[in-house]
Amino acid sequence: MSQFLIRRTFWAFFLFLAASIITYVLFFVIPSDPAALAAGKASTPEIVAHIRMELHLNLPIYQQYWLFVWNLVRHGSFGYSFVNGVPVRTYLAQEIPVTASVVFGGVVLYLAIAIPTGVISALRPRSIMDRTGMVFVLFGISAPSVWVGVMLYYLVGFRLGWTPINGYCGILPTHAAGTCGGLWPWADHLILPWITLAIGSAALYTRLIRANVMETMSEDYVRTARAKGASSSRVLIQHVLRNSMLQVVTILGMDLGLLLGGVLFIEFVFGLPGLGQQLLQANGRFDLPVIVGITMFACLSVIVFNFLVDVLYAWLDPRIRLA
Amino acid sequence: MALLEVQDLNTRFKTDDGVVQAVSGVSFDLERGKTLGVVGESGSGKSVTFLTVMGLLDPRHAEMTGSVRFDNQEILGLNTSQLRPIRGERIGMIFQDPMTSLNPVKKIGWQLEEAVLIHNDVPRSEARRRAIEVLEEVEIPKADTRIDDYAHQFSGGMRQRVMIAMALINQPELLIADEPTTALDVTTQAQILRLMEKLQNEHGMAIVMITHDLGVVAELADDVIVMYGGRIVESAQVDDLFAKPEMPYTWGLLGSLPRVDVDVERLEQIPGQPPSLLRPPKGCAFNPRCAYTFDRCREELPELRPAEGKSDHEFRCHLEEADRARIWTEKQAAMAASAESAA
Repeated sequence: MSQFLIRRTFWAFFLFLAASIITYVLFFVIPSDPAALAAGKASTPEIVAHIRMELHLNLPIYQQYWLFVWNLVRHGSFGYSFVNGVPVRTYLAQEIPVTASVVFGGVVLYLAIAIPTGVISALRPRSIMDRTGMVFVLFGISAPSVWVGVMLYYLVGFRLGWTPINGYCGILPTHAAGTCGGLWPWADHLILPWITLAIGSAALYTRLIRANVMETMSEDYVRTARAKGASSSRVLIQHVLRNSMLQVVTILGMDLGLLLGGVLFIEFVFGLPGLGQQLLQANGRFDLPVIVGITMFACLSVIVFNFLVDVLYAWLDPRIRLA
Repeated sequence: MALLEVQDLNTRFKTDDGVVQAVSGVSFDLERGKTLGVVGESGSGKSVTFLTVMGLLDPRHAEMTGSVRFDNQEILGLNTSQLRPIRGERIGMIFQDPMTSLNPVKKIGWQLEEAVLIHNDVPRSEARRRAIEVLEEVEIPKADTRIDDYAHQFSGGMRQRVMIAMALINQPELLIADEPTTALDVTTQAQILRLMEKLQNEHGMAIVMITHDLGVVAELADDVIVMYGGRIVESAQVDDLFAKPEMPYTWGLLGSLPRVDVDVERLEQIPGQPPSLLRPPKGCAFNPRCAYTFDRCREELPELRPAEGKSDHEFRCHLEEADRARIWTEKQAAMAASAESAA
């Protein structure tokens, strides 16, 4: 286990390095002048030159990169926005909860739909439930979530007015003026984003779970369990479910890591100030420190969830050893 | 009163290509403490017969008719909860492939304890004690520590021992063994067979030994059923079957059995393939492969009939008694002759 941890940490470090270098190189390949943008339209060449020095943009790229690494290691700082000098950490602290709320809520929702539907479909293939489920799956897979999101926004949010159509509320109650917060407002603002995220994934996961459960049901050891006299529910819970969840866990881990890097489209439609929106804006402004910060966070979440999947995998299947 | 009485058992599978008649009119009895050998090729219906007996086929796919009486109680058509007091408690079953028949993600101790706890209201510690006991009985070394291992930490032979332990943990009256040694190497096969013999002597349970290996039957069985194309084609006491088999398929099986005392160039083989159960041949199912086929064989299914002077030796064949006796004598002579020429 400790060997596994050490190797994983080493890999994470290497991955960080690679991701940040690629981000830096790509940024400087694009012809742009962040200093001029930061200085604004009514500025003189002297001011731009001054800003360029302040942002260290006059240094060669490798020195800029070294400064970034030094600040990260020495001060735990991702640097400051080129545009307004706000620490990148402040941005991340504001935006991660938004994106994480969308992602985790959506994942919980689609698992809550997909696991029961998939298992029931697998146990009663060709039944009404299975066929209904498969129609839903076909719809979910065929309908692009772009379209689903806009439709929900327009019909449920705008036409029916059942939910707010824009913005985000923190989960913790707040009394500050101009802000909102609390469990209900939080969920109320997020229900449509959750549904948008869930529809496509619920369909895919339903299919995946159905296929895996059906395959496991035909395993020899399931027949052994039935020959022992185990009841149907015991066979399902003790022998089938755990064995059929391996693949689901793998894909879930990858999905979570990727989604946490920003659910750009959903944030955009529902006006949620999350990582995806910020990344888009930062790109438009050539705001390198913000871009790198968000990239690093996305990288971290992929690494963390891959790690969790590996640990969970080893727990689910004793044939797999962490080494 | 026999322990297991099967009457006119039929199992059909509905497939997209049509109905597969996997088992046709199978009847037999098994007395307490006796061993029944069930012999046949792959696809002869021997496994399906006993999966039907155990209620392990999915009734949505398989249509089952006839009667299966266990200890004078009809068990065909019972559902999972009705079968619960019987499966794993009074009838144990072991399967062909010990590599896949144990749950890979549960400790074998857990799986053994589960078999106890399903049928007995005892604490887990008691179930564990019994699990260790039964592992010792099937001669697994260091049973008290190996109980916490997973299936993949055991060899094939050891896994089959675990399977046997699991089937026997509740002291069943009947053990159904579906090709228990087929997936094992030869030395391990012999060990497992010896173990089953020992356990039968100690516990006095009846055994159904499903196999395609007549050697296994010769070693363990009291009675033998030979199956072909989903039907019983010959049934007899084991000595009678080996002394004077009555139909060509059984002759073929005996001829393809290697013998250490007879050194033949090449083992006899039965030409052709087992019949399709989707479109079985007309008449006797064996007629396309039989060297003695005549017109009647292609038209009319031979009934099971008793052999001369033996009411408990039955077979299906249209050949007359005199012809069968002559052919069998010739075959024996030929086998002896080839043994001599080789020597």
